[in-house]
Amino acid sequence: MNYLWLIPFFPLIGVVLNGFLGKKFGDKFVSWVGPGAVGLSFIISSIFLFKLVFDSPTGDSYIQKLFVWIAAGNLVVEAGLILDHLSAVMIMVVTGVGFVIHVYSVGYMHKDPGYARYFTYLNLFIFSMLILVMADSFLLMFVGWEGVGLCSYLLIGFWYEDKKNADAGKKAFIVNRIGDFGFLIGIFLIFMEFASLDFESVFSMASSRQIGDPVIVAITLLLFIGAVGKSAQIPLYVWLPDAMQGPTPVSALIHAATMVTAGVYMIVRCHMLYLLAPLTMSIVAVIGVVTAVYSASIGTVQNDIKRVLAYSTISQIGYMFLAVGVGAFTAGMFHLMTHAFFKGLLFLGAGSVIHSISGEMDMRFMGGLKKYLPITFWTFLIAVLAITGIPGFSGFFSKDEILWNAFSSTRGNPILWVVGVFTAGLTAFYMFRLFYLTFLGESRFKPEKEPHIHESPKIMTIPLIILAFFSLFGGYIGVSHSLGGENHFEKFMEPVFEHSKMIFNSDVENFLGLEYWLMIISIIVVLIGLIIVHRIYLKRPDIASTLAKRFSRAYRVLLNKYYIDEIYHTFIVNPFIKISDIFWKIFDVKIVDGAVNGTANVIQSAGDKLRKVQTGYIQEYALSLILGAVIIIGYFIFR
Amino acid sequence: MVPLNYYLILSGILFVIGVIGVLVRRNAIIIFMSIELMLNAVNLTFIAFSRYLNSIDGQIFVIMVMAVAAAEVVVGLALIIAVFRIKETINVDEVNILKW
Repeated sequence: MNYLWLIPFFPLIGVVLNGFLGKKFGDKFVSWVGPGAVGLSFIISSIFLFKLVFDSPTGDSYIQKLFVWIAAGNLVVEAGLILDHLSAVMIMVVTGVGFVIHVYSVGYMHKDPGYARYFTYLNLFIFSMLILVMADSFLLMFVGWEGVGLCSYLLIGFWYEDKKNADAGKKAFIVNRIGDFGFLIGIFLIFMEFASLDFESVFSMASSRQIGDPVIVAITLLLFIGAVGKSAQIPLYVWLPDAMQGPTPVSALIHAATMVTAGVYMIVRCHMLYLLAPLTMSIVAVIGVVTAVYSASIGTVQNDIKRVLAYSTISQIGYMFLAVGVGAFTAGMFHLMTHAFFKGLLFLGAGSVIHSISGEMDMRFMGGLKKYLPITFWTFLIAVLAITGIPGFSGFFSKDEILWNAFSSTRGNPILWVVGVFTAGLTAFYMFRLFYLTFLGESRFKPEKEPHIHESPKIMTIPLIILAFFSLFGGYIGVSHSLGGENHFEKFMEPVFEHSKMIFNSDVENFLGLEYWLMIISIIVVLIGLIIVHRIYLKRPDIASTLAKRFSRAYRVLLNKYYIDEIYHTFIVNPFIKISDIFWKIFDVKIVDGAVNGTANVIQSAGDKLRKVQTGYIQEYALSLILGAVIIIGYFIFR
Repeated sequence: MVPLNYYLILSGILFVIGVIGVLVRRNAIIIFMSIELMLNAVNLTFIAFSRYLNSIDGQIFVIMVMAVAAAEVVVGLALIIAVFRIKETINVDEVNILKW
């Protein structure tokens, strides 16, 4: 356990090497250091995973205290790392999927002038994310939390010469910040209440509290606000579609597999607090499922391939929040893992498509790519089948567990299940629509792009194959008992929830085979979505435009994402800009500058008048001397 | 015995004449003479008190004051000569370059 620190250390070295020596030693150097650092982290993470499974340490976790960071009065914060079963899942996802995406990026970002800078930022992201998930205190987790937000900003606005990209980066960071503000207040409240910030103390102190303790409800709500910002839920999701301006591997890594899942991880980590606050959990579940259906609806009509995937991500994370909101923490983590596989694959595949048609992202100008990009085609198909929840693929097992728990958990509700199933239908619709428009049917390329279409190089297709393998088979470690499986994943995660068993038991009974019926219903809904897409987009594409015209108002609302950006602009952004304008023109320029300049002017004019005293006539100076002496002596004589 | 007051009043008058001389006269040498007059007035005061308090301290101090006055005159006259070399005048009204 002494070398636990190596896991975040390697990416940190990557940052230093790529940042300072990348330009000097060239792209080849960076291509080895960047992915290599993450690869080394992955190896060490795997070693620890094996040790956790086969050679369990005491308390089922490895802890390493690094150094005392703050020692001020009552507050003593040690920076420390913890590797328990929960962190183990996260670091495997982060370093594993991260490594694959790093390798892909070597191909995707080939010959980009900012190559070294890209890998510096990407390594910095991996470092921050590892700190986030391995931190053993709220403060250190917040450091990682902020770090990933920073890297998101840096990487979204990577091609910063174009103002649109810089604006998207700014938007991501600012909206994130709003969430972080809530998170920070939550941390303050934790310290006020428990006089400590490290997980072990806080959670063990909390376990003796009453369910529904108002302070804990407040804390969990505030922490959840942070999660809403980081994980792009309603109402702070607006940055994620704009974040697609960044390079596609960035979208895959940060905005699909890792950063956006940080909120889910946080809630699972703090499950002790959340289980004591049923009100918050209901809010989490409701926001999760509403976000899921809301963004799925927007995704059904978007024409930009990455935007569809962005809304899909928001929707899938909504599922994860639904899961943790009803107490199915393990199911949420399971979906987090499978989602990392298939969403990462979807984004990388989209990147491969975009790369092949020289930067075209509008699906109306794609089509028929199956024969040009075979590997991309087959891996993408696997991902689509996984995300829609076709039985046998990884997404099926994880999504199904969430839906079952939404229905039957003591903190769940059948209504949540209904909305969830409807969303699954929408998911099937927009994913198959995306697939058909991109790969099947007739080619609708812009004429100048056609001759250059080619399959991506091996360095990009091999990561696709790896992720496809996991999208296919990754679900089998979590096959639920009702389907005859052992659910190794759930067993692995059990030690994490040991201490909270008395508050909430997440085991749910499969009464009357209800689970099977629910499963069948959701499969049918998915198949309906598939059939609709098949009939429209493959057989008679004109139906789509006819439908769009008949329901034109609804279509336009969806296409313009419910006008949410415009609403935010009118009601929030513009008032703030006007207030800032007032602060700038009146307060800063007139009052503050006026005060400062005015003071200077007053002093200057006073000096101007005082200098006339210096006439240069010595006798005048002597006169003043003598007058002063007379006055003083007179005072003492006549006192 | 001459009453003490007479001496003190004489000193005072001499001192005031000296002060007025410093303030009013334009010739630098006359100003120095007035300064010497002020110093001598103070010397007179010291001597008077020494006599009336039967203490020798006053007279000792007078010797010191005379020594200092001599040294000061040396420096002052050197300054006047230096200024004269440049300004061709010892009218203090015309030595006023150090002004605003």
